Amino acid sequence: MAPADLFSLFLHFVTLSLLSIGGAISTVPEMHRFLVDKTGWLSEAGFTSSIALAQAAPGPNVLFVAVLGFNVAGLQGAAAAMAGIMLPSSVLTLTATRWMRANRGHAGLRAFSAGMMPLTLGLILATGWLLSLPFLRAEEHRWGALTLIVATVVLTLKTRLGLVWMVLGGGVAGALGLV
Amino acid sequence: MNRPASLFDLFLAFTRLALQGFGGVLAVAQRELVERLDWMSKEEFVETLAIAQVLPGPNVVNLSMMVGDRFFGLRGALAALAGMLAVPALIVLSLAAAFDQLAAHPVAVDALRGMGAVSAGLILATGLKLLPALKTSPLGRPLAIALALAAFLLIGVLRWPLITALALLGGAGMLVAYWKLK
Repeated sequence: MAPADLFSLFLHFVTLSLLSIGGAISTVPEMHRFLVDKTGWLSEAGFTSSIALAQAAPGPNVLFVAVLGFNVAGLQGAAAAMAGIMLPSSVLTLTATRWMRANRGHAGLRAFSAGMMPLTLGLILATGWLLSLPFLRAEEHRWGALTLIVATVVLTLKTRLGLVWMVLGGGVAGALGLV
Repeated sequence: MNRPASLFDLFLAFTRLALQGFGGVLAVAQRELVERLDWMSKEEFVETLAIAQVLPGPNVVNLSMMVGDRFFGLRGALAALAGMLAVPALIVLSLAAAFDQLAAHPVAVDALRGMGAVSAGLILATGLKLLPALKTSPLGRPLAIALALAAFLLIGVLRWPLITALALLGGAGMLVAYWKLK
């Protein structure tokens, strides 16, 4: 990948970093717009499987950004994307932490948090929806995938089953040709 | 209350924590930091997480930096950050590299499709699980739920750019919240 493209990859994640309230996963729709719709650096399937792969592996969810970068431009891409998503938010976190702790009751801060919360939740749901769509659009996989998605939601809400077992179960169901 | 003996101790603790978390590390973080290591009380954990959630960036990674910072300053924050990311990144990138070869096998593609459907379901479930948190919103429950729905529609269905939706809905939410809290 040309250095200019690598830099624009880095820059894209830099701009998303400060918007990733609720975690990097909440900016997935924007990453999709950029990497799939706008630049075409990743296919729809490549985008979705990058996220699925990171979810299946241990570690913080934000590592899906490293996988996206890796699938765009190898190790350089992974480094550019991770540095971009981590740098601004980490600097802000470190500088703001002490100040925020001291001003916990400040009305402006509480308004910020209260005003953003509904948006954060809407974003998480939109992310789940956008990740579900490609499965539901593919006719031959529609019903199997829908069953898995619904089962996952129900199991997560109603039981304390470890998430890793659900991801593995999905893999087995897929390998058996059920999805 | 205990504390990490050294920067390396801190690094190892967060590596161990991160490696136990499939599909998110929040639950593991609480168990390790509060219950097993006793580095912070339950109340401190919730308080730190609240701030970590308001700030942009991955919540639990933010939290790890804040914990590291508290014990060893900047060096502690960096050690905790490295612990959270270094070894898990190696693992996930190895998997991604191997996936190129795996992708040639239809069974691997089928398995990943199943895992992908489950992870989409996990994210939907997380959103649904957190919705009751809006009950106590200073915005009032109906308005908070309406804003969440609007965000879902604008971003998930109409595919608006995030920044436009954030400015519009986040801005409106903050203004109303500020006015109600005053």
